[in-house]
Amino acid sequence: MHCHATTTDLSLTEQKTAEHLAEGQRVITVALAGQPNVGKSTIFNMLTGLNQHVGNWPGKTIEQKVGTYHHNGFLVRIVDLPGTYSLTANSPEERIARDFIIRERPDVVVAIVDAASLERNLYLVAELLCLPVPVVVGLNMVDVAEMQGMRIEPHVLQAALGLPVVPMVASKNQGLRELMETVDAVVRGQIPLHPCPPEIRADHREVLDELGRLIHGYVPEPYPETWVALKLLEGDSEITEMMRRQLPPDRWDQVDRLLRQHEDAILAVAGGRYDWIARMIRAAVTRPRAGQITLTDRLDQVATHPLWGFLLLLVIMGAAFWLTYTIGTPIQDWLDVHVVQAGAAVVRARLQRAPVWLVGLLADGVLGGAGTVLTFLPILILFFALFGLLEDVGYMARAAYVMDRFMHLMGLHGKSFLPLFLGFGCNVPAVMGARIIEDRRARLLTIQLAPLVPCTARMAVVVFLTPAFFGRQAALVAWGLVAINLAVLAVGGVLLNRILFKGVHTAFIMELPLYHIPNARTIGLQVWQHTTAFLRKAGSIILIISVIVWALSVLPTGELETSVLAWVGRGLAPLGRLMGMDWRMVVALLASFVAKENAIAALGVLYGTGREAVGLAETMAATVPASSALAFLVVEMLFIPCMATVATIRQETQSWRWTLLNILLLLFVSLAAGIVIYQVVKVVLSPQSLVLGP
Amino acid sequence: MGGSKTIALNGLPAGQRGIVRELQGGHRFISRLAVLGFTPGTEVLMVRNPGRGPLIVQVRDTRIALGLGEARRIFVSPSADGNRE
Repeated sequence: MHCHATTTDLSLTEQKTAEHLAEGQRVITVALAGQPNVGKSTIFNMLTGLNQHVGNWPGKTIEQKVGTYHHNGFLVRIVDLPGTYSLTANSPEERIARDFIIRERPDVVVAIVDAASLERNLYLVAELLCLPVPVVVGLNMVDVAEMQGMRIEPHVLQAALGLPVVPMVASKNQGLRELMETVDAVVRGQIPLHPCPPEIRADHREVLDELGRLIHGYVPEPYPETWVALKLLEGDSEITEMMRRQLPPDRWDQVDRLLRQHEDAILAVAGGRYDWIARMIRAAVTRPRAGQITLTDRLDQVATHPLWGFLLLLVIMGAAFWLTYTIGTPIQDWLDVHVVQAGAAVVRARLQRAPVWLVGLLADGVLGGAGTVLTFLPILILFFALFGLLEDVGYMARAAYVMDRFMHLMGLHGKSFLPLFLGFGCNVPAVMGARIIEDRRARLLTIQLAPLVPCTARMAVVVFLTPAFFGRQAALVAWGLVAINLAVLAVGGVLLNRILFKGVHTAFIMELPLYHIPNARTIGLQVWQHTTAFLRKAGSIILIISVIVWALSVLPTGELETSVLAWVGRGLAPLGRLMGMDWRMVVALLASFVAKENAIAALGVLYGTGREAVGLAETMAATVPASSALAFLVVEMLFIPCMATVATIRQETQSWRWTLLNILLLLFVSLAAGIVIYQVVKVVLSPQSLVLGP
Repeated sequence: MGGSKTIALNGLPAGQRGIVRELQGGHRFISRLAVLGFTPGTEVLMVRNPGRGPLIVQVRDTRIALGLGEARRIFVSPSADGNRE
């Protein structure tokens, strides 16, 4: 029955393509489908290189990647579908993938499967076969499968599936050309497809037929009837809702009654698919003897051990930070001196005859604001590269597993650890990274907590100020500040979960992929995408705000002391006094809303050491008591997220209420912490603060 | 151990195999697990079971981490021959 429907529609597609070619239109659309962790993005990147566009699926916060390549006179438009285990409406990703295939009818669907876990991977292929599109199977990672002792005969698998099967090792650039050629041949109708999709287990066959009769003639275009019947039986919420609206009430009642009698039919459907897969595997795969110990098993002995795994994670995180800052900080300093400051000097020298305001705008507003932000790029790139490496190797899933127990205390599970970890680099990708969490509540909570992770920009402020104020204890103070943030994150997580979500538990089900050798190109492209996103932001939003803040700091008199910004800072001085801060520190905090590291630049201007931050820390240490400095740092670390993060939170939550909640929450927490720290430290260190005090 | 006795998955010690017999829970939960291969009759191998916190099982050549709450709703009958070498 399914076979019949599929072949009819296939011939339609061939006709459609033939028309395209006749008119001289040589654009074809290929959808790239696959389960998570099958190397799909590596293949997408290999095929398209930098000819790709990353955006969002319309109306969704799910990443959409579209790229192109030329081959044999075709312009191939390749759409990377979200990685999904199946095509049921269990998640928005699955809906997107199947809606695209059904509504857009791509010329070919390329299904990438991981040869090393072929059994589970063919499940998605089994689902794709029920849809009216030609499918080409890319059998990836055959080298890993061989390392595991599995032997797969692609020709036998091809004959059994009735679909072209292309063996590949994408990470080594093997099989990509063959894949492109197979896609061409399918589009030109040179390869006959005789797919034979799986059947439901025998005990549910009658029910399925009955459902098919009941809905016959009522299924809206472009959905295939047999597929809709199957999805109804699977209990697919979206299709059920669609048919409830389409069917006359009495028919719907009959369908509904039938479905209620067979609520566990998903097990028969999934079981039927796995029976079908077992037949394919039996034909095409020779398996190793059971009990073989693989590299992944050996590594996981340590990496997933409750104690050793946790210690390993700490070591890896420590090493990642150490590398990032050891290599990144000198580069950042160098850029600050030789690009930003030297650039400002050049501007001043060249534009001696230009109006003062223009020189100020360029030197202090553009270079001093947005330019300084850009000097952090090397640190960010390093962190993104290390994160990408850990992810590509397969380690990050283990980190999530090890952290699950701790995340549970906050009503989250292990997966939330990944975006939060990314937050140590920059909070913007952390908020976006929360997309990997299926459950909406857990995702919202992760987004609320992400800004509490101290990012590189805030650490830069800490590293800059602590040595002057705390001398030998600087490192200790810096670690203490990080610890405060993480403690607030933990306590905040527990409380928010109790108050907002009533402590609801979310299911933790996560695949641990096999470890494999990282692919430089995949990591490189990921870093490139993160970086260009940051650059675009720095070129637009950060630049505009830098200029606005600069304008507020010189308007209306041209002097900072009498500027609008100073007026605002003085207005807030009573609040600052509770934390031991004068109006200048309050203004610096306000400026850090634009970008956290702006606090340094603002203090530089306000404490009158000029643009060069040289000597600023020392100047401040001479006039500001240590207790005030500590309060300032605590507030800076916990303060409202920077503007870019706020904009990202709005974009990801699609809600001003959640965004506003985050701002108010962090405002309250940071000010409360600042007041408490100042008042306590003042009492404890009272003789010292008298000595250092103004 | 008799093949007919069923226990919750979290009762299966590391290194032991069992056959999935029943899944309990909401439709979405059952659907997600069935798709990953936890269908009745499937053999699973317990890879890591620390007693507290999440555990790792191997099913259909894939290692899956499951929270304790999830493991409690999967019922298996332990294989009689235990750890096959």
